[in-house]
Amino acid sequence: MTRPTGIDPMPLSGDQFSQREIVIQFEQAAVRRGDRLIWSHLNLSVSAGEFIAVLGPNGAGKSTLLKVLLGLLPLNEGRLSLLGKPARRGNIAISYLPQRRTFAADMPVRGRDLVHLGIDGNQWGLPLPGLRKLWGGDVRARENRRRVQQVIELVGATAYADRPIGELSGGEQQRLLIAQALVTRPRILLLDEPLDSLDLRNQQGVSALIRQISQDYQVTVLLVAHDVNPILPYLDRVLYLARGQTAIGTPEAVITSETLSYLYDTPIDVLRTRDGRIIVAGHPEEVTYHAHHH
Amino acid sequence: MLITTSLLADAGEVHFSWNPIANLQELFAFHFMQNAFLAGTMIAIVAGAMGYFMVLRGQSFAGHTLANVGFAGASGAALLGGSPVVGMLLFGIAAVFGIDWLSGRTQRAKIPGGQDVAIGTTQTFALGLGLLFVQLGTSYAAGIYALLFGAVLGISDRDIAVIALTAGTTLTGLMAIARPLLFASIDADVAAARGVPVRLLNRLFLILLAFAVAEAVQVVGVLLIFALLVTPAAIAEQVTARPIAAVGLSMGLAIGFTWAGLAVAYFIPYPVGFFITSFAFATYVAVRLRRIRWQPSV
Repeated sequence: MTRPTGIDPMPLSGDQFSQREIVIQFEQAAVRRGDRLIWSHLNLSVSAGEFIAVLGPNGAGKSTLLKVLLGLLPLNEGRLSLLGKPARRGNIAISYLPQRRTFAADMPVRGRDLVHLGIDGNQWGLPLPGLRKLWGGDVRARENRRRVQQVIELVGATAYADRPIGELSGGEQQRLLIAQALVTRPRILLLDEPLDSLDLRNQQGVSALIRQISQDYQVTVLLVAHDVNPILPYLDRVLYLARGQTAIGTPEAVITSETLSYLYDTPIDVLRTRDGRIIVAGHPEEVTYHAHHH
Repeated sequence: MLITTSLLADAGEVHFSWNPIANLQELFAFHFMQNAFLAGTMIAIVAGAMGYFMVLRGQSFAGHTLANVGFAGASGAALLGGSPVVGMLLFGIAAVFGIDWLSGRTQRAKIPGGQDVAIGTTQTFALGLGLLFVQLGTSYAAGIYALLFGAVLGISDRDIAVIALTAGTTLTGLMAIARPLLFASIDADVAAARGVPVRLLNRLFLILLAFAVAEAVQVVGVLLIFALLVTPAAIAEQVTARPIAAVGLSMGLAIGFTWAGLAVAYFIPYPVGFFITSFAFATYVAVRLRRIRWQPSV
């Protein structure tokens, strides 16, 4: 499971994704559940180090897309190739951060322990410190501790990694969870609404961190989001899912009145504010979304 | 058989002195006291370790239910002339599957408070069943009293062997599942995504808990079981956020309460269970009041 390279920095020459390794490739992919079509005709090539936001209304199949990549759901049509191989369950090259609530305030475990469980939390048995020397387990334990420290520093969580996780803020917890996802040195990072429970400042901080990780370590990131604005300055491309259709491209190309009106099959206005934020008006999803909250 | 130290005190056999060595010699002079310390220590180690995970997972209610189910199992076994420990284990394991099945059902049916309701229902039914068995049987009051409040001073050599076997099994089982169990207890969603079988671990843990409860009942009884299962773990989790240190501290505290309870009860003719629970309670209150937290060392 150890891959010596991966997380070591590989500086980029230029910014041409075309020259880089293709990590995820969908060809004419479609998923059905029962007789309901979730999405179809998905053609998507994602390069190493790309940061892509997956957008769309509830029920458009954003989480379904992540499940397909994790090997939890099969494609009904088309092909998916992950690092040149078909999708499969338990692929160590993929890390997944599910949608979540925060930890209970009395959770009496350090952030460092949480990150460490990313390495050995799925291993049975308990290595006894005295006995593990016999098969070199102490060397691996030291290496694991070093890796944990490395990712904690990478996400900037050194100051609070030894405090009980329940006492930390939502942003601090999210950074430690990202560290946990990175500790296995994945090639692909799947994040399901990681900014949901954060305030604006933390949304920007975590988004910048994700951008930095994807660039410096060539990790491909697919991030499911409700609101594109906090991640907008950092994105390479967006994948928009709606009514079984898909649109892929740069945010400027996809989040337009024309494309969204076509996707939703209803007139939609996309407004751009002076500070670069996007406001989607006439968005069917936004209406129901607010109705739930008031 | 129920023995209390007050019998010895009445017979004028307990001599407290200000010489600690003489006291220690006297404490271990009787075979039943040696057995009590041996059994108490083994049970405290298991209860301290299991308690850590039980408190972390918020399953104290399940632990208490398994104790009550154990009461029904023990009294049922006594009715049929079998071993109370075996009865407790069989009933405990049956209850685990009952709770698991019922809470799975209630979750799917979206009944509010699913698991708590399922556990509470199982618990009450078990107590009722225990009452029936006690009524049907001819077991004398002392036997029931021992079941409810513990009878650590009446532990035989054969009991020691049974306790050693079950304690060893429980600890080995816990060590085998410790890391995935910790992962699933802290963050079930991410653990499941990593391929940890969360539901299976819950079942395995509850079965181990049934083992631990069947052992702990022999020292502190059904009603006082939290003194060994919950309080040491709750104190440890207040003091340190390092899992290994917390498990060690929880075991150490459980051993400490048991030893202190046994020693004091030998010289003062009040029940062992009272002293064990008193030491546990006093320590818990002290820790809560001072909120000491060991600074983690990096």
